[in-house]
Amino acid sequence: MALLQISEPGEATAPHQHRLAVGIDLGTTNSLVATVRSGMPLVLSDELGRPLLPSVVHYAAQGVQSVGYEAQAQQALDPKNTILSIKRFMGRGVKDIAHIEGMPYDFVDAEGMVRLRTAAGVKTPVEISAEILRVLCERAEASLGGMLTGAVITVPAYFDDAQRQATKDAARLAGLNVLRLLNEPTAAAIAYGLDNSAEGIYAVYDLGGGTFDISILRLSKGIFEVLATGGDTSLGGDDFDQRVFCWIIEEAKLAPLSHSDARLLQMRAREAKEYLTYHGEAPITVKLGSGEYVDVRLTSEVFTEITHNLVHKTLSPTRKALRDAGLSIEEVKGVVMVGGATRMPQIQHAVGEFFKQEPLNNLDPDKVVALGAATQANLLAGNRATGDDWLLLDVIPLSLGLEMMGGLSEKIIPRNSTIPIARAQEFTTFKDGQTAMAIHVVQGERELVSDCRSLARFELRGIPPMAAGAARIRVTFQVDADGLLSVTAREQVTGHEARIEVKPSYGLSDDEITGMLKDGFVHASQDAFRRALREAQVEAQRLLEATHTALSEDPQLLSTLERAHIDSCVGKLQAVLVGDDRRAIDAALSALNQATVEFASRRMNHSVQRALSGKTIAEIS
Amino acid sequence: MITLTEKAAQHVRNFLTKRGKGIGLRFAVRTSGCSGMAYKLEFVDEANPEDLVFESHGVKVLVDPKSMPYIDGTELDFAREGLNEGFRFNNPNIKDQCGCGESFTV
Repeated sequence: MALLQISEPGEATAPHQHRLAVGIDLGTTNSLVATVRSGMPLVLSDELGRPLLPSVVHYAAQGVQSVGYEAQAQQALDPKNTILSIKRFMGRGVKDIAHIEGMPYDFVDAEGMVRLRTAAGVKTPVEISAEILRVLCERAEASLGGMLTGAVITVPAYFDDAQRQATKDAARLAGLNVLRLLNEPTAAAIAYGLDNSAEGIYAVYDLGGGTFDISILRLSKGIFEVLATGGDTSLGGDDFDQRVFCWIIEEAKLAPLSHSDARLLQMRAREAKEYLTYHGEAPITVKLGSGEYVDVRLTSEVFTEITHNLVHKTLSPTRKALRDAGLSIEEVKGVVMVGGATRMPQIQHAVGEFFKQEPLNNLDPDKVVALGAATQANLLAGNRATGDDWLLLDVIPLSLGLEMMGGLSEKIIPRNSTIPIARAQEFTTFKDGQTAMAIHVVQGERELVSDCRSLARFELRGIPPMAAGAARIRVTFQVDADGLLSVTAREQVTGHEARIEVKPSYGLSDDEITGMLKDGFVHASQDAFRRALREAQVEAQRLLEATHTALSEDPQLLSTLERAHIDSCVGKLQAVLVGDDRRAIDAALSALNQATVEFASRRMNHSVQRALSGKTIAEIS
Repeated sequence: MITLTEKAAQHVRNFLTKRGKGIGLRFAVRTSGCSGMAYKLEFVDEANPEDLVFESHGVKVLVDPKSMPYIDGTELDFAREGLNEGFRFNNPNIKDQCGCGESFTV
């Protein structure tokens, strides 16, 4: 029997039509799943009431595996088959991973993403992440009593396309419908309701178990834009534990420890750290396997002192991120604290002092990202509350651009730009006296228009006749909040304008977008070559055109010999132009250039003389 | 007469506080679902003049007169089933209900 939740006024859904949506924080160390229930976002706990799921997967010989706390317990016993921090490998090749030699895993150097050889066979990071997502999905379906409509999964703001795609693939493998990938700092900001607050700059300080991330966000018109990110991928709460651990050894003057004693002491160090968040002093008493007794007291003063440089290490990337964003500390309107390690009073204090304001910390820093993701998921699933006039955070999936001479694509709005957005660029005419310009709008990452998707064509007419390159045509691309693209071309002198509206993502499925993105990577070098070739061809045509005009206008300035030389250069260039040997084109191009330098300067003098002859100095100035 | 159990009332109060606005809970039925009628639970920001108002453990429950005959005497409970939790209805009027518990016949 289903249990009913309270809906917003007028929003109650028909039976069996609740759209169950969750937000998932797929973390390096821990993962969480949250949902919106009776209007409130909350994290869903497991049967034992534990909200976190350690991001650990254990593979056994029979292929049976455990995920979470159970898998974590296998870490010391079976390190090779117990995969931790898989997030660090998502969308990464072997050569991208730092400190790979220090890891206990059996890496398989495969094309593309790294793979791990486990007792249950070779696994990709996508498959391993999918195991974590599957457990969270089961937990959510058990808690909500139904199938999930979809999920919002958070990713670090700095994740590139390969990493994002890998995350999406993992979700698909786990049977989850991804409503959207959301940047972690943005999710945290949403959890604090900053999206409904005043526009401005916000900093998100995220100190997790093993990673530190700082993100500078700008909120304008309900949309968060990531201005800069920074951090340290090997700095987190665990380092603070390590400092306490070392301090205990020194303080108690312990001899080198056995493996199990070290683990025990590490646990006590962690407990002491957590205890100090709410107390001034933490007693540490341990009976070691060696028979030794440890009985020390760690005060918060000492703790602050021994971890001082760790705290300091988070502030330099913070300073750098602000500098990258071109902002000063005074411009930051609010600071959001994320990650369990930000509970430490010395962190709160240092961040408060750095930003000269109290950071936002009244939500559980372990849960804040998942809560924000749940809020977003609820909206995307269509469970909108009235009065919530949210502008959805959306990005352009593929770059939008224009066809240039030679069939090259010039990107005007790059992929992943948040919408709404407007970008303008100026173009000019290619031929003397050109009065119209064909505008071809294309979408895609490839360099050649023929490999991109054609969206629309239109013409701008009424350009006043001018020399090639003199006209100034401003082309503006504008994408509104609904993803509707309008392109305007305007000749700056006369103000002649032409425009067209297109729906850019129309008819493109996710698969096609993925395919096009992959194509973009696969063909990158081939594209670069073809682009260079086309550029050389366009340049050659332009020079031939100009030479032809000059020869017909001022043939008398050349001797027969000179004329013959230029003609032969023209002939050579025309001959190689049809081929695809860029070097030959470049060589013939520079030969013709050389041959016409003298001619060009003579024409210049000639036209100046013509303009000046018969005029007095006064008339000229 | 509509009543809430102490536990249900506590949860509603909690939700209302966290939500930051709202005067109570609307309990209604509408014709839909696999067994003819379906329950509806919503937060109330503004009462309608014709609403019947019941108060139970400090929570206002608003019911429109059309729904009343189908749910008169119902007690709302807040229940937990495994990981799932939510509201359950002890309605003396129903003859049959769909296995889902959201939909019923009078």
